[in-house]
Amino acid sequence: MKKTIGTAAVLASAVMASSAVQASSNSSQLRIVGSSTVYPFASYVVEEFAATTQYPTPVLESTGSGGGIKLFCAGTGMDTPSITNASRRMKVEEFERCQSNGVNEITEATIGYDGIVFAESSVNEPINLTREQLFLALAAQVPQDGELVANPYQSWSDIDSSLPDREIEVYGPPTTSGTRDAFEELVMAAASEEMSAYGGEYTDIRSDGPYIDAGENDNLIVQRLQENQNAFGIFGYSFLEENPNALTAATINGEAPTPEAISSGDYPVSRSLFFYVKDAHVDSVDALRPYVELFMSDQMIAPNGYLSTIGLIPLPESLRQQEREEVTSFTPIELSDLQEG
Amino acid sequence: MAQSFDDITKQLGKRHRRTRRLKLTCMAAMVLSAVFLVVFLGDMVNRGWSAFQQGRMQIEVSYTEQSQQMPLTAVDEQYRQLVSRGFFRQIPQRMEADPELLGTTRTQWVIARSSVDQYLKGRENSLSEQQRQLIDRMVEQGNAKLAFNTTFFTTGDSRMAELAGILSAALGTLLTIIVTMAICFPIGVMTAVYLEEFAPDNRFTRLIEVNINNLAAVPSILFGLLGLAIFISFFGVPRSSPLVGGLTLSLMTLPMIIISTRAALRSVPDSIRHAAFGVGCTRWQVVSDHVLPVSIPGILTGSIIGLAQAMGETAPLIIVGMVAFMPDPSFSLTQAATVLPAQVYSWASLPNQAFQEKTAGGILVLLAVLITLNAAAVLLRNRFERRW
Repeated sequence: MKKTIGTAAVLASAVMASSAVQASSNSSQLRIVGSSTVYPFASYVVEEFAATTQYPTPVLESTGSGGGIKLFCAGTGMDTPSITNASRRMKVEEFERCQSNGVNEITEATIGYDGIVFAESSVNEPINLTREQLFLALAAQVPQDGELVANPYQSWSDIDSSLPDREIEVYGPPTTSGTRDAFEELVMAAASEEMSAYGGEYTDIRSDGPYIDAGENDNLIVQRLQENQNAFGIFGYSFLEENPNALTAATINGEAPTPEAISSGDYPVSRSLFFYVKDAHVDSVDALRPYVELFMSDQMIAPNGYLSTIGLIPLPESLRQQEREEVTSFTPIELSDLQEG
Repeated sequence: MAQSFDDITKQLGKRHRRTRRLKLTCMAAMVLSAVFLVVFLGDMVNRGWSAFQQGRMQIEVSYTEQSQQMPLTAVDEQYRQLVSRGFFRQIPQRMEADPELLGTTRTQWVIARSSVDQYLKGRENSLSEQQRQLIDRMVEQGNAKLAFNTTFFTTGDSRMAELAGILSAALGTLLTIIVTMAICFPIGVMTAVYLEEFAPDNRFTRLIEVNINNLAAVPSILFGLLGLAIFISFFGVPRSSPLVGGLTLSLMTLPMIIISTRAALRSVPDSIRHAAFGVGCTRWQVVSDHVLPVSIPGILTGSIIGLAQAMGETAPLIIVGMVAFMPDPSFSLTQAATVLPAQVYSWASLPNQAFQEKTAGGILVLLAVLITLNAAAVLLRNRFERRW
């Protein structure tokens, strides 16, 4: 018994001692954090990078876009990440925070697009919707006779008689999700701008039942659509592509969510995916430059590249060339770049 | 107001009925929880057992100079979309390692792509009609089959579902738990010994006692936030490492070990202590030679249950960065790592349906480990526990 306690105590103190020594030892390892939407693509690149080069395997962690940028902007020390992935653009406040922590030069890379689809079980007839119809089905308040009233619509045919007589039931992501932010911005806020009663002041998705908060995991939404054939779901394009036989997507403003329509911007609900590079690390982290070059190569992000087989929508040809040049020469962004968008 | 015998007899039937009702309600509660358990396990096994099988194909691979440059050309065109990309990636390295391969053509079993694997298992997949017919023909000829999935246990994570395995996560869990127990067990047992055997019973020790009991009930995610603030930000322990994970989990497990050790010490009857004092033992001799040895089974049982709980913990580890993508298994306390529940968590949110099967497979492995640990705890208790 005494022995056991003795051994354990020795082990514990050894562990404590080693922690102090090794804190500074992994300086050359590339660390990547950020968006869970970009995570499947980034992990593919990390795996390929580890398998085909001699550099130590980069550490990739899924923290969400906001959490990633926060870690990224904490400073330029070797214990901060060199790259953060984001499913939205860096905000002006975030950029300023970076600057004040000494992270002055940041390179922005756009890797492609992600479409957000509005889909249902494929047993149903495909449906055509407009942004306005989606807005009327999902907003907390809708205009009626020039005034805002609590959303009265319970079935799709109440909105437009050409739509099916099905109860409105939509499984969607919770408020913490970037997918929901993008959906609200690109569909709800955009539609409300054309409604005079709103005056551009869109507030919220309805919370009286028809919109069902289905959690962060998009797979659960896909599963529930197969069980509840009456319902619709809101999720990323990759999930539509992986379940081609089970799901059918609604067209929005007459455009189906195909890679071509998303890439050209014809499909209205799509967003860009990014990663940000800390330029101060380019010389000190050996793996950084080759990793970025691999990520931006045609082998990865071109229309027939590996990432497109797992759901990334590629940038148009000319934009891709330009983006690659800017990123691989590590051209830093300015505050004004972020303010435009 | 004395009740007559008749009154009591009249009430008797009512009282018996009440007993029966209570018994039935309790039984229904038990049946309900058993049903939940069976449904959960059944669902997991149903989804997860196929993760232990893997689709393989027997095809001709030609090792030429061209295939060293462009690995896809090593196999016939009709198979290029069916064979795992991981196989092609290895061709140049394998040819370098074994120069005799150059210029030969070999018929060999290779790992199939996850879409083929899912088709062989009768699940949703993205194969074309033509490819399905090809696979059907190969199955008839015995050139395509499902075999035991050794890859699942021998590799780390991968974005190609057919190559994804749990080894990285299992090693990460092992290291994390070693750190946790190395810290928790000695500190926890010693604290409990002091509180139970040496400390005077005053306001201060009672305050400590209340706080320890409270700590055991604090939501685990708070320990994650604490770990982030103290170990990573203040002491500079590397993020995502088993060291920081283990330290964080030890904060969580410590109160549990203290409580269970104290309970074990308290169950040793005072007559033992008195007898030892009676023959002139010092307080420390009483504890180390008499009280501790007989309470060891109880202490171990509590520690194993604490360990099992730490093993299944995810939330605090996510906060300290242990949901890293780990394609190469590593065995280091300070390098990044991931743990089993975090691996399950990150697979669960991937779009590729083949990962849903991996998710359930990972859960089954985790459950198997936890059941083994808990069974060990029960066994220890039954074998060595003494009743006084």
